[in-house]
Amino acid sequence: MEGTNSNGKFKVIGTRPIRHDGVDKVIGRAKYGADYAFPGMLHGKVLRSPHAHAKIKSIKTAKALKLPGVKAVVTAADLPQADDKIEQAGEMAINPRHLSMNILAHDKVLYDGHAIAAVAATSPHIAEEACKLIEVEYEVLPPVMTVDVAMKPGAAILHPTLRNREEGDKQTNVANHIQFKRGDLEAGFKAADFVIEREFNTAMVHQGYIEPHNAVGIYNADGQATIYCSTQGAFDVRSLSAQVVGVPVGKIKVVPAEIGGGFGGKTTVYLEPLSLLLSKKTGHPVKMVMTRSEVLRGSGPTSGSKIKVKMGATKDGKIVAAEVWMAYEAGAFPGSPVGAGAMCILAPYTIENLQIDAYDVVVNRPKTAAYRAPGATNAAMAGETVIDEIAERCGIDPIELRVQNGVKEGSPQVVGPPFKAIGFIETLDAIRNSDHYKSKLSGPNQGRGVATGFWFNAGMQSSATVNIHTDGTASVVTGSPDIGGSRASMAMITAEVLGIPVTDVRPLVADTDSIGHTDVTGGSRVTFATGMAVYEAAQDAARQLRERAAKVWEVKPDDVELHDGSVRLKDPASVEKGEGKPPMSMKELATKLARTGGPIIGRASVNARGVGPAFATTCVDVEVDPDTGKVQILRCTVAQDVGKAIHPSYVEGQMQGGTAQGIGWGLNEEYFYDDKGILRNTGLLDYRMPTCLDLPLIETAIVEVANPGHPLGVRGVGEVSIVPPPAALANAIYRAVGVRMSETPMSPPRLLKEILKKRATEETHSAAAD
Amino acid sequence: MSKKTLVEVNINGEEVEFLCEPRQSLLECLRDVLEMTGSKEGCLTGDCGACSVLIDGRAVCSCLMLGVEAQGKEIRTVEGLADGNTLHPLQQKFLEHASLQCGICTPGFLMSATALLERNPNPTEAEIRYALAGNLCRCTGYDKIVRAVLDAAKSMKSGVRTSRAA
Amino acid sequence: MKANGDKARPICGGTDLIIQMRAGVRQPAVVVDIKKVREMRELKFSPKSGLKLGAAVSCIDVAENADMRRHYPGLTEAAHLIGSLQIQNRASVGGNLCNGSPAADTTPALIALKAKARIAGGKATRDVPVEEFVVSPGRTVLKPGELLVQLLIPAPAPHSSDAYLRFIPRNEMDIAVVGVGASVTLAGGVVKAARIGLGAVAATPLFADKASESLIGKKLDESALETAARLASEASSPIDDMRGTAEYRRHVTGVLTRRALTIAAERAHKH
Repeated sequence: MEGTNSNGKFKVIGTRPIRHDGVDKVIGRAKYGADYAFPGMLHGKVLRSPHAHAKIKSIKTAKALKLPGVKAVVTAADLPQADDKIEQAGEMAINPRHLSMNILAHDKVLYDGHAIAAVAATSPHIAEEACKLIEVEYEVLPPVMTVDVAMKPGAAILHPTLRNREEGDKQTNVANHIQFKRGDLEAGFKAADFVIEREFNTAMVHQGYIEPHNAVGIYNADGQATIYCSTQGAFDVRSLSAQVVGVPVGKIKVVPAEIGGGFGGKTTVYLEPLSLLLSKKTGHPVKMVMTRSEVLRGSGPTSGSKIKVKMGATKDGKIVAAEVWMAYEAGAFPGSPVGAGAMCILAPYTIENLQIDAYDVVVNRPKTAAYRAPGATNAAMAGETVIDEIAERCGIDPIELRVQNGVKEGSPQVVGPPFKAIGFIETLDAIRNSDHYKSKLSGPNQGRGVATGFWFNAGMQSSATVNIHTDGTASVVTGSPDIGGSRASMAMITAEVLGIPVTDVRPLVADTDSIGHTDVTGGSRVTFATGMAVYEAAQDAARQLRERAAKVWEVKPDDVELHDGSVRLKDPASVEKGEGKPPMSMKELATKLARTGGPIIGRASVNARGVGPAFATTCVDVEVDPDTGKVQILRCTVAQDVGKAIHPSYVEGQMQGGTAQGIGWGLNEEYFYDDKGILRNTGLLDYRMPTCLDLPLIETAIVEVANPGHPLGVRGVGEVSIVPPPAALANAIYRAVGVRMSETPMSPPRLLKEILKKRATEETHSAAAD
Repeated sequence: MSKKTLVEVNINGEEVEFLCEPRQSLLECLRDVLEMTGSKEGCLTGDCGACSVLIDGRAVCSCLMLGVEAQGKEIRTVEGLADGNTLHPLQQKFLEHASLQCGICTPGFLMSATALLERNPNPTEAEIRYALAGNLCRCTGYDKIVRAVLDAAKSMKSGVRTSRAA
Repeated sequence: MKANGDKARPICGGTDLIIQMRAGVRQPAVVVDIKKVREMRELKFSPKSGLKLGAAVSCIDVAENADMRRHYPGLTEAAHLIGSLQIQNRASVGGNLCNGSPAADTTPALIALKAKARIAGGKATRDVPVEEFVVSPGRTVLKPGELLVQLLIPAPAPHSSDAYLRFIPRNEMDIAVVGVGASVTLAGGVVKAARIGLGAVAATPLFADKASESLIGKKLDESALETAARLASEASSPIDDMRGTAEYRRHVTGVLTRRALTIAAERAHKH
């Protein structure tokens, strides 16, 4: 089924075919990680810390081992030594010691939910019972739960070896300080007609994928191992599991199952090394699945943060200076996305004088993992609401102000060379020209807010092969797990290049043995980088097809082209021996492959350059109940520059999905810890993600400013849409009830508090005026 | 370990028997005992709806029902929605509208939507959203799901049944 | 039930109990399926004698029942707000009460309707006013071996109706942060009878007696609503938790009391 083709240039790209894996998914046949079962399989469960911060004095596993049905118990003692330094594990820079410590606690537990031991038993119920029988002796330490507490002199220290080079090598919870500077800050503020200074706090949130983490580890007697799991990156699972368990990378095969959501949270490992370790110890396959409570307590949410923004502008709306201080919660181990946040916070604007100080701070919370444009959403909440205030002060429309200061081709970036062709202004225009923006709000306590977002997107490594089948159809094999419909796009690119229908291409997501190294599905890189590899692999196959046809026809390969399911001479009249050579169908050509040289495999691998960054502008209308602080979303539109939409439906899907997550982040999602550092909302009842009833239809405006770095103009689309919504909501709320929120989530109790404060101030003023 | 009970049910039109312990939920029985992994586990607290099945025509969270409680009931799961190789209009529309990205919530949504359309063949957008409020999706923002249900309602009214998606 | 004493627990919808068993919060050795007991499954309404609502009647059966919607719209609303449709298709109003949560949605509505809980299994069958049924969070007056059989609600008087409103941060799925059930009977332009039930703002669901009494004999105008709202707020003793602060809950109690009374009165006028 094909939809409309918006430009005549492409036959397949830009249409909306049904995804190839679709039927399996709507009939319940598709296999996700937790759907796997193997003969002789055992079940694994994890014992997790009930304390936020404690020394482990001893772990006694004897009683657990005695429980009938229990086959093995492992602790950190079963893991090899790991180095405390930064290393490359595949494409990621990791600290092997920290990784190992997160998989199974070594001498300390560092958060409520920190894994301490794992058990393999004949049923998950028995494994759970066994966990309760493991005896751990703790020396409880004071919990350090916020960046404020962590950065105070005299704070309890999480890692004794973490030192502050800037402060005479003292022990610290500040793992890193990054600074970006440009121009002359002092001069800039002097030139400003006014300066706005604000402080923001954003709460820790979780990616919220509906599918909990899972893994099946199978370690064979010959030292070869296989891991089945739902992951965004099979090659990363392989290298990280190898690292943690001490099994060579080349002896592990990772098979990526279908994945039920990741958003960055499934780019690392939790259960995979444990299932491998338990399988090694027991000689059986071991299956492990997290409960929802374990997902929230024991996987990787994203940072809560404190951000201070000071911006100076002239009265006609030029931003002349900006100073930012940002501290992000890294969780139990260093590695928050504060650096990325620093690079994103003011990226959409040309600001001559700026300084950004970014701090990566460890706290007794789970080690943070990536969440869709990691670090950027926190930053935008701060930056985009101050921009809104500047617009208000200057009496300029908030979109116009952004256009005035907005980056275009040639504008400088915070880090790196000037921007190439980008579509930031175009997204602002798309919103400005939308029906939504032109419509009028209809009632009291309603308001409209606008905000923008930026994300770099990633390139990185991908591999692809295109195999021509004996009937002239093809398969395209990549190593990019499909979290949002990407394999359909891979098939579409292949079909476009080969000139065959998209239904004649079978896309496959392969395991780590069957495809060349491929980096994670994340960073908005699949359609860009894997798409680039697929494009080149398809071109390689196409070239070979042309060569074979040329052989058959005794012409030059350059005289042959692929067209509409066939090969044909470009210009029969101009070619010697061109007469009587009608187009040959792919099906027919396929029958001639054996005698013209053998099977055709197109292949390509890339370390993709030419990444095009992403911009989004979001507009939201809200209605606030001023007596309860409840926010209803009336209307929402998101405009995003995607370069080239290969499959517009799935591009729209990314824009809508990111927007919905941003709305949840802005309105109701947060981690609640008590004063002992114990997580109180360990389920989806009180970790409040938007339901169907909480959102309206989400209008999308796809902007296509081609990325010059990609053969098809593609720009990564998956992430940036999550960045603007919290700020857009804050700006809308301000216009609805006159209150500027400086924290997320803007939940009803918080918003009502500010509304009542404002009302009280107004009553005092009017009383004073009487 | 408790003694297992024999449970007799009708699943997707077929008479089925299985053995389970009282402590095993219907979801566990479907997935682990009967190897019907179409219904998914997302939260085990009835907050996500990924495990939704129909019991005597009503959508329920199978994680909040014991296997033994299913005795004598008519159960419908996603595995039984299609008629052989003919997709149910909801399944077809979900595919056409790109209403699934990762697809893990899709079985639950299909079952809830089926129950809705069988009771209310012409729902408004608001009625659809209310009926599906117990099914969480983290990928789509629900937009294309709602559109697909609206479209399926239209096509079911006109009595159209489609074959497996081309 | 008697044979197993406090090791047994009845299971109806299971939508609270199964979660609690998984979490280890309640650990009965035996669960007794009471869904097959006839009286507990019946919903009997008569304009003269009122409502006998079996404890095992599901929320959805209450929500879809024409008599319930006409005569007790507030209680019906409460049953239709719980959780999601999936939850309502299994959960029962009786179970909602017996779970003993201070935030149960149907309890304030039942209190507003002056409902009584009929308990069997002891020495004699006894009736307990619903506002006395829950004694502390999770605990009710039921003794081991006892069972809630029915909820008894008086016949609606002429020109009376009820309403239930709750505050939740999302639009569905949440546990009430504040729940207010209100019923009013009007006669000659003034309030003849009124009852306000409060949920989620104290250790148990409450009957706001002072707030309710303040309305008797008055016109339901701005000043009467203001007073009732204030008294309802004062009757609450909420806590700070991850669903809301005490201050927030107190404020919203007043807001919802006012709104629920207004709706109940509008409905009462129509009858």
